[in-house]
Amino acid sequence: MVTGLINANPIVYERKERRVRSAPTDIDEYAEEPIDQLEIFDHIRDIKDPEHPYSLEELKVVTEDSVEVNDRHSYVRVTFTPTVEHCSMATVIGLCLRVKLLRSLPSRYKVDVRIAPGTHATEAAVNKQLNDKERVAAALENPNLLEMVNECLAPTFA
Amino acid sequence: MDFLGGSLELRERQRLEGHTDRVWSLAWNPAAGVRGIPAMLASCSGDKTVRIWQEGPSGSWDCLAVLEDTHTRTVRSCAWSPSGKLLATTSFDATTAVWEHVGGDFECVATLEGHENEVKSVSWNTSGSLLATCGRDKTVWIWEMQPGNEFECVSVLQGHTQDVKMVQWHPVLDVLVSVGYDNSVKIWAEDGDGDDWHCVQTLNEASSGHTSTVWAVSFSSNGDRMVTCSDDLTLKIWDASSSPSETSDNSCGSWRLLCTMSGYHDRAIFSVNWSREGVIASGAADDAIRLFVESKDNSVDVPSYKLLLRKDKAHDMDVNSVQWNPKEPKVLASASDDGTIKIWELLEVPL
Repeated sequence: MVTGLINANPIVYERKERRVRSAPTDIDEYAEEPIDQLEIFDHIRDIKDPEHPYSLEELKVVTEDSVEVNDRHSYVRVTFTPTVEHCSMATVIGLCLRVKLLRSLPSRYKVDVRIAPGTHATEAAVNKQLNDKERVAAALENPNLLEMVNECLAPTFA
Repeated sequence: MDFLGGSLELRERQRLEGHTDRVWSLAWNPAAGVRGIPAMLASCSGDKTVRIWQEGPSGSWDCLAVLEDTHTRTVRSCAWSPSGKLLATTSFDATTAVWEHVGGDFECVATLEGHENEVKSVSWNTSGSLLATCGRDKTVWIWEMQPGNEFECVSVLQGHTQDVKMVQWHPVLDVLVSVGYDNSVKIWAEDGDGDDWHCVQTLNEASSGHTSTVWAVSFSSNGDRMVTCSDDLTLKIWDASSSPSETSDNSCGSWRLLCTMSGYHDRAIFSVNWSREGVIASGAADDAIRLFVESKDNSVDVPSYKLLLRKDKAHDMDVNSVQWNPKEPKVLASASDDGTIKIWELLEVPL
């Protein structure tokens, strides 16, 4: 376990107002609605930071613009910004994002999760690990790590 | 393999369902599918089980056995001994299990312990006397089979700087290849005095090798060439035929890059397999399967490979393993994150 916090005093930002998704009235209600940026942001904004009682949105680890989505190609990329350059929690945050999307999106989706370029000391190493599905699968079979991830994801299912 | 005229089709023969999580790996029983012995395929999965599938008289496949309650975590890979009597399986639980096929039953006859954590791949040498395993602890272990299903570790090979994704023995020689997360391919051979194993060659970025994780390797039938596939979205063909061995009789010459195939997959290529007839199959995270053959219509001396067939949406999710049937070289099996296994047949459709 970590003794002392990695980032003891993070800047906390105001959460964005929840936009109610407008339901168009003039279209076929059975038509499949494409998944958009906001829908994906809604899945991840409330993920709790592994070491603070704040959400990833409140810490600006993710914003709506962190999400790039192409529904036609079933592709999502989330680019997150760790609060400090040496954040050892970056891998856990990335893992939370990946797991949350894995559980929320249709299985046809391909997901990439990466650190915003230039915002972390070991950016390439963390990105490589987060996008190696064998390592992710092994990590999620580790009960301690899985518990930590589930704890961070709990608010998103509220 | 020559294809004259006509067009080729990879036709789905059957979809095998039963695993409740992603299927990681497949292995054809090399002794089955001939002389009246029905073809047999092993599959392993994130559901912690191994399934044995058998082809019935009508050509339809059924699950013959489920090997469970031995591995406690994901079963990552499986490999049959050359005699087809033993099946080795490796797991994220840090063990390798060896199963014996007796009568209609599969019995776990040995458990190999030693790796610190996830064991990712296993391979038998041609004679069936040696087993190699590799894993996240960056090591490759060589085990020697003793009478009474005892396995003794004869060497722990260190050299990779990150986890080792796959090991594969050469089809003729006692030469081992390992590939991994450190983007490298390593060739291992026994010392001249037969005492220990060492790395005889490393193929990395400096030798025009891969620039990201190397997931798999497969040899051509005579072992003169090998193909590797990677997270860098390329496949690379390596050749050892042009430089005869200078070290000893039990070692191939040094490997050099023959060609790189890029632009055929959009996401990480997890599996590659070279058929007895010379067709290379690849399976990737883009849900697709691609087939390649050596290009003969090239007038220059440099050998090259060309795309033979593209099968988009081969599965609903990532393709983790593609394996040609060694006895029926136009039959391919594939395994996927979608939990299914598919049996395919490569057909020439007349125009």
